[in-house]
Amino acid sequence: MCLDNIREQFEIYKNNPDLVYLDTCATSLKPKCVLDKMEEYYTKYGVNIHRGVYNLSYKASSEYDEAREKVANFINSNFNEVIFKRNASEALNYVALTYGEQNLKEGDVVLTTELEHHSSVLPWMKLCERKKAILRYVKLNDEGRITVEEFKKALDNKVKVVAITLVSNVMGYVTPIKEIIKLSHEAGAIVSVDAAQAVAHFKIDVKDLDCDFLSFSAHKMMGPTGVGVLFGKDKHLKKMMPLEYGGDMNDEVDKTSVTIKEIPYCFEAGTPAIAEVLGLGEAIDFINSIGFDKIEAHCKALHEYALKLLEDVKGITIYNKTSECSIISFNVDGVHPHDASTLFDENNVCLRAGHHCAQLITKWLKVNGTLRASFYIYNTKEDVEKFVKVVKENVKFFSQFN
Amino acid sequence: MNNDLENLYRQVIMDHYKNPRNKGLKGYPHIHLKNPSCGDDITIEADISEGIVKEVRHEGKGCSICCSSASVLTEVVKGKSVEEAKEMVEAYFKMMRGEGSSDELEEALVYEGVSKFPARIKCATISWKAFERLLNGEKDE
Repeated sequence: MCLDNIREQFEIYKNNPDLVYLDTCATSLKPKCVLDKMEEYYTKYGVNIHRGVYNLSYKASSEYDEAREKVANFINSNFNEVIFKRNASEALNYVALTYGEQNLKEGDVVLTTELEHHSSVLPWMKLCERKKAILRYVKLNDEGRITVEEFKKALDNKVKVVAITLVSNVMGYVTPIKEIIKLSHEAGAIVSVDAAQAVAHFKIDVKDLDCDFLSFSAHKMMGPTGVGVLFGKDKHLKKMMPLEYGGDMNDEVDKTSVTIKEIPYCFEAGTPAIAEVLGLGEAIDFINSIGFDKIEAHCKALHEYALKLLEDVKGITIYNKTSECSIISFNVDGVHPHDASTLFDENNVCLRAGHHCAQLITKWLKVNGTLRASFYIYNTKEDVEKFVKVVKENVKFFSQFN
Repeated sequence: MNNDLENLYRQVIMDHYKNPRNKGLKGYPHIHLKNPSCGDDITIEADISEGIVKEVRHEGKGCSICCSSASVLTEVVKGKSVEEAKEMVEAYFKMMRGEGSSDELEEALVYEGVSKFPARIKCATISWKAFERLLNGEKDE
């Protein structure tokens, strides 16, 4: 597939022809095929799954299972290691509330970092409070990166869980995750990876990484909102008790006892977001049809072009010039990010302003918040030029009040 | 630069942002409000006695619209009766909804332009919402 005409696949541009969308880190735009797939479900076989013994239900169930198979292939896991949740936040919480709840003891250490999204760190913070366990942070280096060297210093045999991001949603740094997982296992800890930002940018292979849990959302990879994925190693899932009981997850029910289905079904109580799961399957096909090589080459080219154009702009501070992913976090000097973002908004440039649900790194940077521009496959050189033009207008506009 | 923006960021607003009036708390009854999604964090305190708003002060952090509107609030409501102040609060919220402005708002009229920016209305109203609660006799412990 050629990226030149890729915008035609995103109908939001037809309704918003001047849109410069630079907020993919918050949520990506959705291609037509994903929306069509969801409509196909509702209009052609929109009935419940794993319940009816009629043909339409069989069709819906097979489509649902096929989507799970696509996810499994996408991250190189087994079919039964893929659990559908509402989003990455719910998936990350689920790890803490099941594995964490059932294994963490008083005095144990959960190791995390200041680069985490709130969804990665808060479930463990609250669990540690309840369990009288200790939440420990890996020191970031001068650039704000997680390094193997600092990770080693924070790791000891008290650490039972490592909750860590694969790509920071503010800085765009890629964590040296493989080495970290290896070291963690040697120290006797399991690793829960937040892959919400990573999943749209490069191939994730859970067998190669050897991670214990890995979470991501469909909506950040051109899929629908309302569905996320929790990968868990088969050996952990088989020992875990479900958090929720109800429809579809049980096997034999008596007045005083219940047995549960096999994994992953025992972790999916109630009717799931069927259309959205099918939409996620379609998003995976869409990504595969383009290929991560092309996606990343495109994003990298736009990112470098933007950094080059911003090089000579005085009056701004960029916090992550060496970011591997196409994210630029910056501020207009002396201007609160929300004031600056209004000027972008007036020019139809959508970007994020604030702490990006990652207050720890905002505090580490010692700022009120940042502006964040993120680029993806539907962005163009013209988008970058418009963005840089508004950056310059921002500097000029607010300088009149100095 | 377009007119809406010039109206949003009036010189007087930026002046109150850079040189806030009545900033710093003295220990009167107060209400603390936050907008966690953007980080606006404002405390308003008021000395209200004998039916008169004798003094209003503010503390906090946020964007220029949020911080300056707290500063302007403390000036325009000072000396007003509780009834007059309640009417001003109503008039201010009405202006934010784009339903017209009234001269009684005095300097707070400079925020009329905010109604064109729905995403910024929260910034301009957070201090007024805190003050409204103080007028109604509420206070944080």
